[in-house]
Amino acid sequence: MKKSFLFISCEEAKHICDKNQYGEATGWERVKLALRLSWCNITRGYSKNNSKLTDAIHKSEIDCLKEDEKEKILESFKEELIKHQ
Amino acid sequence: MANHQLNPNNWINSYSDYLFNYTISRVNDREMAKDLVSETFLAGLKSMSNFKGEASERTWLVSILKRKIIDYYRKINSNKGKAEVRMNYNTDSESEGDWLEERVADPFDKTAEDNLENSELGNAIHECISKLPKKQAEVFKQKTILGYDTETICNELNITASNLWVIIHRARTALAECMEENWF
Repeated sequence: MKKSFLFISCEEAKHICDKNQYGEATGWERVKLALRLSWCNITRGYSKNNSKLTDAIHKSEIDCLKEDEKEKILESFKEELIKHQ
Repeated sequence: MANHQLNPNNWINSYSDYLFNYTISRVNDREMAKDLVSETFLAGLKSMSNFKGEASERTWLVSILKRKIIDYYRKINSNKGKAEVRMNYNTDSESEGDWLEERVADPFDKTAEDNLENSELGNAIHECISKLPKKQAEVFKQKTILGYDTETICNELNITASNLWVIIHRARTALAECMEENWF
C-alpha cells in the first residue's frame, strides 16, 4: 500500500506521540499527529494517557541510580553477602 | 501470619531504585543517598535474623532506611551549633536597608505536602517500573528518568533506534495502565 505523506496509521501516530513526549518529534511529524488527533479517538485516548504519564513523571521529580552506581553498591554488597553465607 | 521471606540476592536489582528515590527526595544529596541505600542493604543483611516475615521484604528494607535517614539528620543537626553562616551582604548604597528576608526563597512556591505527594508519586512510578520486563525497565529509566539521548542508549544496550522506540512504547503503555490502576 502506498504510504500517504500526510495521513498516518494509528501505530505511526502512537510512535510519533511517544517521540513527542521526549521532544524528539519533528515539526512535520507533529503536524501529521495533530491531523490524526483531530479525527481519531484511539489516538486521542493514547495521547491523553501518554501526556498524563509524562506530567506525572515530571511532577514526581523521580530519580534512579545510574548503572555504574548500582554496580558499585552491588559489588560492596556481594562482598558482605559472601561473608554472610 | 509470617509468610514473607528474604532473598538478599535480589535486593539490589529489585529495590535499589525504589530506595534511592525514597532517599533522595528526603536528603536531597545524591552521594549521601547512595551511601544510605548501600548502608541499608548491609544493615539488612546483618539483621536478617530479626525479620519476622510479617511485612514484605521492601517494607522491611524501607523501615531500616528510615532509621538510617533519621540517624543522618541527627548527625548533621548535632553539628548545627558549630556551623558558621557565611553570606555576602550587598554593600552598595542602592540596596541599603534591604531586609534579609528578600534573600530567602519563596516558601509558598512548594509546600511540604507537595514534596510528600511528589515523593509518593515517584514511589508509585517506581513500583510500576519494577513490574516491567527487565529490558523495558532499563531502557525506560535511561531514556525518561536519566534523560540519556537515544544514541547513547542504543550504543550501550546494542539496540537500534527503532527497537528503542518499540520498547519505549511498550513500557509507556504498561506504565500508563499500571498508574491508572494505582494512582490516577
